[in-house]
Amino acid sequence: MTVTEDYIDASGGDWDDVIEKAQATSAERLVVNMGPQHPSTHGVLRLILTLDGETCTEARVGIGYLHTGIEKNLEYRTWTQGTTFVTRMDYLTPLFNETAYCLAVEKLLGITDRVPERANVIRVMMMELNRMASHFVAMATFGMELGATTVMTNGFREREMILDIFELVTGLRMNHAYVRPGGVAQDLPPGAVGKVRELLKEMPGRIRTMRKLLDENPVYLARTRDVAHLNLPGCMALGVTGPLLRASGLAWDLRKAKPYCGYEDYEFDVPVSDGGDVYARYRVRMAEMEESLKIIEQCLDKLQPGPVMIKDAKIGWPAKLALGPDGLGNSPDHIAHIMSGSMEALIHHFKLVTEGFRVPAGQAYAAVESAKGELGCYAVSDGGTRPHRVHFRDPSFTHLQAVAAMCEGGTVADVIAAVASIDPVMGGVDR
Amino acid sequence: MSTDNERERDEEAANLPEKQGRERLAAPVRRTGMFGATTTGDTSGFGGLQVRGSAPVADQRPFTDPDDPRTADFDRVADDLEAALGESAGAVERVEVAYGELTFHVRREALPEVARVLRDDPSLRYELCTGVAGVHFPDDAGRELHAVYHFRSLTHNSEIRVATTCPDADPHVPSIVSVYPTNDWHEREAWDFFGIVFDGHPALTRIQMPDDWHGHPQRKDYPLGGIPVEYRGATVPPPDERRSYK
Repeated sequence: MTVTEDYIDASGGDWDDVIEKAQATSAERLVVNMGPQHPSTHGVLRLILTLDGETCTEARVGIGYLHTGIEKNLEYRTWTQGTTFVTRMDYLTPLFNETAYCLAVEKLLGITDRVPERANVIRVMMMELNRMASHFVAMATFGMELGATTVMTNGFREREMILDIFELVTGLRMNHAYVRPGGVAQDLPPGAVGKVRELLKEMPGRIRTMRKLLDENPVYLARTRDVAHLNLPGCMALGVTGPLLRASGLAWDLRKAKPYCGYEDYEFDVPVSDGGDVYARYRVRMAEMEESLKIIEQCLDKLQPGPVMIKDAKIGWPAKLALGPDGLGNSPDHIAHIMSGSMEALIHHFKLVTEGFRVPAGQAYAAVESAKGELGCYAVSDGGTRPHRVHFRDPSFTHLQAVAAMCEGGTVADVIAAVASIDPVMGGVDR
Repeated sequence: MSTDNERERDEEAANLPEKQGRERLAAPVRRTGMFGATTTGDTSGFGGLQVRGSAPVADQRPFTDPDDPRTADFDRVADDLEAALGESAGAVERVEVAYGELTFHVRREALPEVARVLRDDPSLRYELCTGVAGVHFPDDAGRELHAVYHFRSLTHNSEIRVATTCPDADPHVPSIVSVYPTNDWHEREAWDFFGIVFDGHPALTRIQMPDDWHGHPQRKDYPLGGIPVEYRGATVPPPDERRSYK
């Protein structure tokens, strides 16, 4: 603890000491640490706040508490194994991470146009489901931090419906590694489409319920209106994209501007609001969930039978899987072929799985509109079976820089609302 | 007329396999063998394999390939950038078009000027910088560290890449935070992981690693720890020393 005439630095130590010192000096300002262990900081985010009474005069952000070296780890795995790592970055948007990575790898391989139609439709459907799941968590945690625990329980309940679909399709609730270079790991299992239809029937009502709880709620409005304002030039300077940018009045969406995975074939609107405050961000996220439902419905109409993995046997892993005796996905046809049909096919399969495919030397950048904003993947290959370098431009990482602009001059209570409206996920921030 | 013929002949000769082969063999050897084995004998039969690097690519106009819609505005962007840079057009060392992406390789001292022009020139208007990524090429002598920027124009719906390099011995690149404030954390990250010093950055400190950390972990020469196992003091070698497909 440092005490000067000017301020008391309470970034560590005993509160009793702080109070004692505060009473002994005439210092007006207090420097406090919020986090990295704090229920309202969305994981291990550390905020260093300088407080003058209730006013936050300076807000600084400390990150790095969840750095796991994913980018470095990727350099020692094959290109296919990479999906297993990137899915763990922003753990609330795993399918966006996987898709961004796979789009970059596919660009380097030059197979973007050869990814089967059905795989693209499944990717879009899964991403839109994921967008809803992520937005639900954003709403839920936000509600909880402002004291509205019903919003929290409702939000997580709705998200559970989506996670059930994820579990059915990929086998896991999160960390799916489902999207692979060339397509997806396996086709939709029986019953998946029915479950998605069920969700389409149920979800509009659930979203309406949440809207009823929050849209016109005077307490909610008082906590969110004109709070943490960020205008359009601010967004541009700070590299802010996604719902935050759209809440500042610019209808910018990569799904429309630079369509990928066939987004140009879907009809949907880009919700936009010009409030630039926490409430506007909430409204944009809510409207985006409704648009996602539209897209998912179109996905179901577009689903035609067909392969879900590229035909090229030098890249595509077997993707027609059935539940094997070991509880994992097996491809009985493929096993029969390599074990008793063709020695060459066995060698080939062995090489593909252990060595992996080679990716031509070069660099590629692929970006997707994740639930949080522009998620970019910059991949560099030296022509080998492993990446030379993969860098992720994570939207949460970039957006946290806006904390100072949003919080300084406001009250300390508004800091909570500001950070929650950014919706950062530290897994993505720190990677 | 005769000079024309001679030039044609020269151009032809430049494309002959013999010359290409000589150039290939003159390139530095990037690695040997297939499996990265250095301590034990490589019995795989690939021990004598030599993989050579390639010369930097410099594409010539036209950058727009009529068959590739992704490249549609590349010529326009290159012309506009050249016009906007005016006298300092020499800042762009070479241009690379690959995988439907446009890359400007820029001399490092000219980077802030290029960034300012990219942002402010009405014909370019790259309002958004999506950060900088460091890349380490230990074999690229004199240009070991690359700083790679991606810019996005919302006005013209266009994206480009700007790359600059610096040697390991003098790892300095000018900061563009004054032009693109969003690069604050991105440059700190590149410093933290690669040791690239961004001159002019307001507070270039580590961002992911602890403040007292030594070294820059995403460099290729950063020592990776092995994993000790409980068998006669043995150690699982670090991943870059294991035998593996390269």
